[in-house]
Amino acid sequence: MTVQPDTTVDKATLTIDGFEITVPQGTLIIRAAEQLGIQIPRFCDHPLLDPVGACRQCIVEIEGQRKPVVACSVAVADGMAVRTQFTSKVADKAQKGTMELLLINHPLDCPVCDKGGECPLQNQAMSNGRSESRFRDVKRTYAKPLAISSQVLLDRERCVLCARCTRFSNQVAGDPFIELFERGALEQVAIYEDEPFESYFSGNTVQICPVGALTGAAYRFRARPFDLMSTPSVCEHCASGCAQRTDWRRGKVMRRLAGEDPEVNEEWNCDKGRWAFSYATEADRILTPLVRDEETGELTAASWPEALERAAAGLRIARDAGGVGMLCGGRVTLEDAYAYAKFARVVLGSNDVDMRARAHSAEELEFLTGVVAGHRDDVTYADLEAAPAVLLVGFEPEEESPIVFLRLRRLNQTRGLAVFAAAPFASPGTAKLNGTVLLTPPGSEPRVLAALGDGSAGGPGAAAASAMRRPGAVILIGERAAEFPGTFAAATSLAQTTGARMAWVPRRAGERGAVEAGALPSLLPGGVRADDAFARTGVLEFWGVDAPAAAGRDTAAMLSAAREGALGGLVVGGVDPADLPDPATALAALDAAGFVLSLEIRHSAVTERADVVLPVAPAVHKSGSYLTWEGRHRPFEETLRGTGALADGRVLHALADELDVDLALPTPEAARAELMSIGRLLAGATKSTGRLTGGATKSTGRLTGGATNTGSDFLPIGRLTGGATNTGPDFRSASSAGLRPDSPELRSGQALLASWRLLLDEGSLQDGEPHLAGTARRPVLRLSVGTAREIGASAGDLVTVTGAKASITLPLVVTVMPDRVVWVPMKSPGSAVRAGLGSAPGDVVAIAIGRPVN
Amino acid sequence: MPLTPVLTKRWLSPQSWSLRSYEELDGYTALRKALTVAPGELVTLVKDSGLRGRGGAGFPTGLKWSFIPQGDTGAGAKPKYLVVNADEGEPGTCKDLPLMMADPHSLIEGVIISSFAINANFAVIYVRGEAVHALRRVQSAVHEAYQAGYLGTDILGSGYDLEVVVHAGAGAYICGEETALLDSLEGYRGQPRLKPPFPAVAGLYGSPTVINNVETLCSVPYIVLGGAQWWKSMGTEKSSGPKIFSLSGRVEKPGQYEAPMGTTLRELLDLAGGVREGHELKFWTPGGSSTPYFTAEHIDVPLDFDEVAAAGSMLGTTALMIFDETDCIVKATLRFTKFYAHESCGKCTPCREGTYWMVQILQRLVDGEGTAEDLETLLDTCDNILGRSFCALGDGATSPITSSIQYFRDDYIALLPEHERAKLTVGAAQ
Repeated sequence: MTVQPDTTVDKATLTIDGFEITVPQGTLIIRAAEQLGIQIPRFCDHPLLDPVGACRQCIVEIEGQRKPVVACSVAVADGMAVRTQFTSKVADKAQKGTMELLLINHPLDCPVCDKGGECPLQNQAMSNGRSESRFRDVKRTYAKPLAISSQVLLDRERCVLCARCTRFSNQVAGDPFIELFERGALEQVAIYEDEPFESYFSGNTVQICPVGALTGAAYRFRARPFDLMSTPSVCEHCASGCAQRTDWRRGKVMRRLAGEDPEVNEEWNCDKGRWAFSYATEADRILTPLVRDEETGELTAASWPEALERAAAGLRIARDAGGVGMLCGGRVTLEDAYAYAKFARVVLGSNDVDMRARAHSAEELEFLTGVVAGHRDDVTYADLEAAPAVLLVGFEPEEESPIVFLRLRRLNQTRGLAVFAAAPFASPGTAKLNGTVLLTPPGSEPRVLAALGDGSAGGPGAAAASAMRRPGAVILIGERAAEFPGTFAAATSLAQTTGARMAWVPRRAGERGAVEAGALPSLLPGGVRADDAFARTGVLEFWGVDAPAAAGRDTAAMLSAAREGALGGLVVGGVDPADLPDPATALAALDAAGFVLSLEIRHSAVTERADVVLPVAPAVHKSGSYLTWEGRHRPFEETLRGTGALADGRVLHALADELDVDLALPTPEAARAELMSIGRLLAGATKSTGRLTGGATKSTGRLTGGATNTGSDFLPIGRLTGGATNTGPDFRSASSAGLRPDSPELRSGQALLASWRLLLDEGSLQDGEPHLAGTARRPVLRLSVGTAREIGASAGDLVTVTGAKASITLPLVVTVMPDRVVWVPMKSPGSAVRAGLGSAPGDVVAIAIGRPVN
Repeated sequence: MPLTPVLTKRWLSPQSWSLRSYEELDGYTALRKALTVAPGELVTLVKDSGLRGRGGAGFPTGLKWSFIPQGDTGAGAKPKYLVVNADEGEPGTCKDLPLMMADPHSLIEGVIISSFAINANFAVIYVRGEAVHALRRVQSAVHEAYQAGYLGTDILGSGYDLEVVVHAGAGAYICGEETALLDSLEGYRGQPRLKPPFPAVAGLYGSPTVINNVETLCSVPYIVLGGAQWWKSMGTEKSSGPKIFSLSGRVEKPGQYEAPMGTTLRELLDLAGGVREGHELKFWTPGGSSTPYFTAEHIDVPLDFDEVAAAGSMLGTTALMIFDETDCIVKATLRFTKFYAHESCGKCTPCREGTYWMVQILQRLVDGEGTAEDLETLLDTCDNILGRSFCALGDGATSPITSSIQYFRDDYIALLPEHERAKLTVGAAQ
C-alpha cells in the first residue's frame, strides 16, 4: 500500500527495535510497531476501540524511562527509542510474566474450546509465554456457560477480562447491557438482571473475544477452526453491504463472521448478517423442479427439461393472453436482476417487471429513475464521514441498515455528527445517535420536509433546517418514503433548496442493484428510462429487440391486472406476498392468473399457487454481486460449490432457450459483461450524441472501476415533476395528501398507523435460527401519553389496534410522539401489519384498551 | 522530646468538632486572611512552605495546584474542582478519620482556602463509606459552615463562591487511587483511569481537578497563618512540617502521635510507651502495608520522604504497624496479601492474577506445604507485578512479600517441610 505523505499532521520519528519510522503524532506505539511488522502480543488492545491498558500483555521498554510501558496506551514521541520483546530482556520477561499470570486461571481446555486453533491466547502463549507454568494451586472455576443472551454464551473461567466485549457494546454499538461486575480475581462479565443483552450487534463481541469466553450458541461445539474452509462473502440481508467471511465444512455453512472492509463495515456486522443463514437449509427447501399435476392439482417433482417445457408452454400461452408480469423481489443479485429485466423485455416483450416487493408508488419510481439510477451523485460512507449533519426520512438505520447506523453512531460519538430524524418518535436507535426527532405523524413527511425547506419550521426543525444548509449535509431517505405520497418530491426539493445531498437506503440487499439492472417498469439497465428515445437505439438495439409496445406496470398494477385477468401470467421470484402492500390482492392475483411460474428457494404462498416451480440457489450457492445503498459494487464468489443449485439468471437463460430466445446470460459473468458493455455503449453514446442528460456516463463506473464522477450533470428537479411518465402523480398536489392526526376526521379511539420492520422479526431469511430470534426486540405498541389516557390505557396494558381486516394486541409503551398516532412493528411475532391487520402506515385504525372483543 | 501540636492541637478540647470550639481556637482566621490575597500568591505560599502530599506519594502540594490551567481559553476556561481524598483505607492508617472526627472544620477551612487558590467553586469530600461516624461529623460541619457563611455564595463578603458536597464511597480500597476515586464519584465502577490525561487537565467530569488528602488540606490553614518559614522550621529540609504518625500493633499505647517530619521510630516508641512489655521489636511498616517492611535495624531512620526511601521503603501514610518477635512475618505477609487480593479492582492482569496466586503460595507456606521453588516464584511474580500493573496498588502488593523475603528469608525456609528444605540446602551447597 502506498500512502501519500500527509503534510497536515505533525509527525514523530522514532525507532522501534532499532528500526526508524515516522508516524503521525498521537499514534500508539503498538500501531507504529505494526507498521514495521513488529508484532507485540496483546489482548485488550483493539484498533477500533479506545485503549484501556488492562491486560498489560504489550509491555515494551522505552529507553530512558524507569518503568516499562504498555504499547497499546502510550503515544509515540519524537526521538523515542522503543524496545520490544525482540530487543529488550525487560519487555520479554514482562510479557512472559503477564502471560503466565493470564494462564494461571485459564482452563487448559483448548481441545474442546471453540476458539482452539484461532485463539490469540493460545497463539501468543506459544509465541510469548513460558513453556511450563509454575502454577500448582487452585484455579478459579465458575458454573458454565452463562447465557448472556439466547445467542451469546459466556464461559467465565476462560475470560481474560480484557473488556473488549464491554467496550465494544458501550463504545461502538451503544448497548451497554454487558459490563464487568465484581472485582479482583472474581471480576467477571455479566448482564443486568432486568436489562438483557439484546443488542443487534452482540455477535461482534464473540468475534473480538481474544479467548473462548464468548461463544455463539449456534456454533458452539460444532466445528474446529482448522476443519473449516473460509470463503469471503457479502451479506445478502441489507443494503449496508458488509464484507463477510463464511466458514463451511462438508458442504454446510457453520458460521459467518464480519469481514474487514474499512470503507464499509470496518470490522463489524449485525447479528442478522452473522447468524441468519440457516434459512437455506430448512426442511422446506425446494431441490427439484415441481410441476402441478393436472389431475390431482398437486405439485409433483419433475425433471428440469420437463419443468422448463411446461413453464415455456405456460408462458407462451400467457404471453398471448394479455402478457406476463415479472416480480423478482428485492433480494436478487445484480446479475439476476439483470436477467429478469432482460427476460421481460427480450423474451416476454414487455416492461412489466418490478423488483419492489413492498410499498411502492409511481412517485418512487420517478425518484428511482430520475435520482437514484445511474449513480448520478452517489453519497458514500466516506461522504457520511465528512457530513456535518444527516437527516433521516422514512428510514430507521438501526433496524433497516445497521452498518449505516454504526457509522452514524461513531461519527456522532467522535465528532458530534448531528442526526435528525423525521419520524413519529425517537426510536432506540435514534436515541443512541443522540438524534433529534422532528415528530412526524405518518403521512406528514412532505409537510415537515417542506417546512425545513421554506424556513417555517420552529424548535428542533429550525436546527435541522439550518444544519441541512451546511456544506456536506446528507439526507438519507428510506424505501418507506414510498408509503407517503409527496415525500420523495419534498425530500428532493429540500435537497435542492438546502444544497444537501441525498441518498436512498433501501432495506434489502438487492434493490439498489435491481435499479441499475433495470428491474423496474420504467427503467432499462444503466439508468436509462424505458421511454427515452435513446433506449430504442441504445439498450434495446443492443439486445436486438423492439421497444415493448406498452409502458410497464408496477408490482401493484401487475397484481391487479392479473387478478382481473388482464395479465395472462406471472413470473414470481423471491417474493413473499405478506410483504406486499396488499397481500390479499396478491394472493387473489396468484389464484386468478392463468399461469404462475415461481422461482423459489423454499416453499411459500407463491409456490402453493404456482403451476411450475423452478428451484433457485440461495446466495451461498451462487456467485454474483450486490450494490450497496451507495452503489458500491460487492461481488462474491460461490461459497458452496457443486450443489447443482442454479441462480435465477441461469434458470431464466434456460427458460428463454426453451422459448427459442437466446438470453445469452448463462453465467453471472456473462450478465456482468453485458452490463459493462451497455455501460460502455451508453458512455460512448453520450459523448457522440450528447443526448443523455442523466448519469448514464457513470452508470458502470463502479462496475468497471474506471469511470469517475463528473458531478456536473445532477438531474434538475424539473425533470422529476415534468418527466415523461404515464403514472406519475403531480407532486405539488400530492404533498398535501397525508391526513394529519389533529384532523377533525379523527375521533377518540382512532389513530394513524405508523409501522416499520424491525431488524429481527418474522422475515423468512431469519427462519431456522431460534437463538437469533431470542434477542429480537419485544413487540410493543406505542402511543403518546395523551392518546393512551384517551383510551384509558397506561404503560404495560394490552392495547388492541384494529385495521381493515383484523386486530393486533400488544403491550403499550407510552412514548413521546404525536397524539393519535399508533406504532406497531410491521412483521414481528403477533404483529403482522400487512397480512394480518390489513392496514398500511398512514391509514386510520381503531385503538382500544384490552384484547379485541369478539 | 518536646512536642507542640499543630494539626492535633484542638483534638482534646471540649466538643472540638463544633464550629464554636473551632472559632474559639483560631478557626477560620486563616480563611479571612487568605481571601484578602490573590489566589496565585496562595499557590506560591504553599509551594514555598515545601508542603508535600500526606496521602502517601509526597507530591509537592503547591506544584500540584500550579498544574491547574487558568485563563479564559482551553482547559483553563473549564470549571475547576477540588476533590478531597478522604477514602483512608491503607491498612494501619488512622489519621484522616480522627482528623475529621475531632477537627472537621480545619478540613473545611483548608478546602475553602485551597479551592480559592485554584479558582474552584465546587469541591467534593469523598469519605470512605464505612466511616459513617466521620461522614456525619463532616456533613454536620459543612452544614454549620454554610450556616455561618463560610460556604456558599459571597463567602465572608469576598465575592468568592464555593459549594462543598460530602460524598460517601462504597468501601473499596482502589477508590483511594485518585483516578478511581474520580470514576467512582462520577458514578462508574471505581477503577483507575489511563493517564494522560492527568486530573489536573481532565479530572472530574473532564475538568481540571486537584485531588488532595485530608491531612494535606488540614495543613493549609496553618501555613496561611504561620507562614512558609514557620512551617519549614518544622521537619526536615525536603519534608517540612508536622505529621500525624499512626502507631498500632505491639506497642503499649497505640494511637496517633503528631511529630515533626524526620522523627524516628525510636522517638515515637518513647512517646507510645515502647514495644509491649517483655518483647522486642522485630519488624514494622513505616507507612502502611504497601511500604516495604523495616526491621529493628531501622529504628533510627528519620521518618521523612527521602530518608525512608533511601533506607529502602516509603513514608507512605506514616502508618507504623509494630510487630514483635512473637509475630510470624509470613503470616503477617499472607494477611496483607489477602487484603490486596480482596481489594484488587480486577482491571489489570498482574495485580488481579498475581495477588490471587501469591495468596495461595503464602497460604501453603504457612500451612507447612510450601516447596523449595516457592520463594523464587514469589519473588519472580512480584517482579512481574511491580511496575507492570496499571496502578500503584499492584506495586504496593509486592512490598510486604519482597521485603519480608529480603529480611527474613530464614523464617520462610523454616516453614518448609523437611524434604523441601533439604533441596535448598543442597542447592546452596552446589
